[in-house]
Amino acid sequence: MSAEPVIQVRGLETRFGSHVIHQGVDLDVRRGEVLGLVGGSGTGKSVLLNTIIGLKRPDGGEIRVFGKPIHNASRAERHAIEQRWGVMFQGGALFSSLTVRENVQAVLREHIAMSQALMDELADLKIALSGLPPSARSKMPSELSGGMRKRAGIARALALDPEILFLDEPTAGLDPIGASEFDELILELKESLGLTVFMVTHDLDSLHAICDRVAVLADRKVVEVAPIPELLRSTHPWIIEYFQGPRGRAASAKGG
Amino acid sequence: MAVQTGLDVRVEAGRTIVTPRGDWTATNVPAFDAQMRAIEKDATPGRVAIDLSQLGRIDTSGAYVISRVLSMDGAPQAPDALIGDHHVARQLIELVYGKVTPTAPEPPPGPGVLVTLDRAGRALHSAWIALLTTLGFLGETMAAGVRGLGRPDRIRWAPVFHVMEQAGLNALPIVATLSFFVGAVVAYIGANILSQFGADVFAVELVVIAVLREFSVVITAILLAGRSDSAFTAQIGSMRMQQEIDAMRVIGLDPIEALVLPRVLACVVMTPLLVFGSMMMGIFGGMVVLWSSLDISPGYFIVRMRDLPIQHFWVGMVKAPVFALVIAVIGCRHGLEVGGDVESLGNRVTASVVQSIFAVIVIDAIFAMIYMELNI
Repeated sequence: MSAEPVIQVRGLETRFGSHVIHQGVDLDVRRGEVLGLVGGSGTGKSVLLNTIIGLKRPDGGEIRVFGKPIHNASRAERHAIEQRWGVMFQGGALFSSLTVRENVQAVLREHIAMSQALMDELADLKIALSGLPPSARSKMPSELSGGMRKRAGIARALALDPEILFLDEPTAGLDPIGASEFDELILELKESLGLTVFMVTHDLDSLHAICDRVAVLADRKVVEVAPIPELLRSTHPWIIEYFQGPRGRAASAKGG
Repeated sequence: MAVQTGLDVRVEAGRTIVTPRGDWTATNVPAFDAQMRAIEKDATPGRVAIDLSQLGRIDTSGAYVISRVLSMDGAPQAPDALIGDHHVARQLIELVYGKVTPTAPEPPPGPGVLVTLDRAGRALHSAWIALLTTLGFLGETMAAGVRGLGRPDRIRWAPVFHVMEQAGLNALPIVATLSFFVGAVVAYIGANILSQFGADVFAVELVVIAVLREFSVVITAILLAGRSDSAFTAQIGSMRMQQEIDAMRVIGLDPIEALVLPRVLACVVMTPLLVFGSMMMGIFGGMVVLWSSLDISPGYFIVRMRDLPIQHFWVGMVKAPVFALVIAVIGCRHGLEVGGDVESLGNRVTASVVQSIFAVIVIDAIFAMIYMELNI
């Protein structure tokens, strides 16, 4: 594991009007790990994700991705960083007027000049890697089920072979079988492609199954970042409630 | 190790050995795509090997382009397919190998004439279906309306008044302005042509009859189609996309009663008022032009106008509620038929505006035929 973290959050502050969401959030994501972000509703998990990927400007503090301050990067630097990450939004956020294949190609087309034949093949490759059948290639997003839409979202996020994959609630709304298939997919991609994965999730099973470390957002900051066995020994009241509650116990019994 | 990205090919004992050098990542590989395809074509099937020892960084795109030359071989696991060591390349090549299966090619289109005939036939068929569904929807709305008449307390008055303001009152300025100009244009044409026959004074009749019978009601209807019909389709359509319509059905709310009826009712009430405003402004526009260009004073204009039979006014006005009904029904019907995606919302809004303007013109022509038979 290389010394410098791929994502570095320092003293992040976020406010909506007078409502303070984050105050002094510190977080490091190491290369090659799967980091899960948990927190109660309204603690700003998605806000933190959106801030890291540059959709929202922080009200204070700094975020570095690949060592570059993402919010003060020049246009060229931003463009370079965008090629090195992939983002899957909660509902897949596919472009609804394009087929699955065209959705993946939209990213390729924007960043790299290549022949249509190669673009077709590469798009098909990502679609296959995300676990979708070949018949899904020419489908429109509205013809796909929720789980398939998420897979297509992953395929689009993987289009440029990113180093970091951001996932917003990847298993929310999936049935248990679909959710564990999705966990396996993420684990497989992480292992074969050496991806760093940053995921916001509420799914205790998937935290146990794939996360190397879990960051807990509470009291407006990250109160703890640790592997789950360590978190189980934490004394923070919210963490105890989260992992020691009935659902938490069931998941940890299953996860071993 | 700063090896420049590139590609070497050598033939050794009948085997083609491909040696990719440097970084084979998504950004770099497109440059070598054509070369790799050529190698794949030229080499003897089953006699291609890849030397991985010179590779730098590699990702799935690079692994794919490299592994493609093996495609006719057994598999990347074959003992002599991959030579040399690389920390991830073997693993990646095995991951991507065989993942891309060719898509079934689309059936070739037939001869051009057949394709055109086919498209024309389909378009005609879908127009026929659109007519039938609109009629069906019109019937459903009328039935709901009749049911509503029996129970006026069931009619949702708040949305009715809201739509009356949005589609009616707020449209008045634009309808009035346009009507003024239309009246003025008719007056100019009349003044010009009629004065050649020395029949200048008949310009008054021309303006009044044209505005009352045709222009006011058609202009108002077309504006209503462009302004409110599109809004109806977009409003109801986005509610459909958010599953709001499904939610209403489940609760037991009839979408026709809750969404369509208020809009139709408001349009049917407001359009005659709009048309009246439009008539006044159109005549005023004509009056101003005739006064300035032919010196026909407003007083004389009004005197001549009063000699005309009142039926011209009613001929135009009778059409107003009919147009309003058709436009509102078409707008709401398309809104309820929006599918799940943005594309279909756009298509439906376009279709609803085009169809309602089309319907307005056709119905206007039918009215004209009826009036001719009735001699009014």
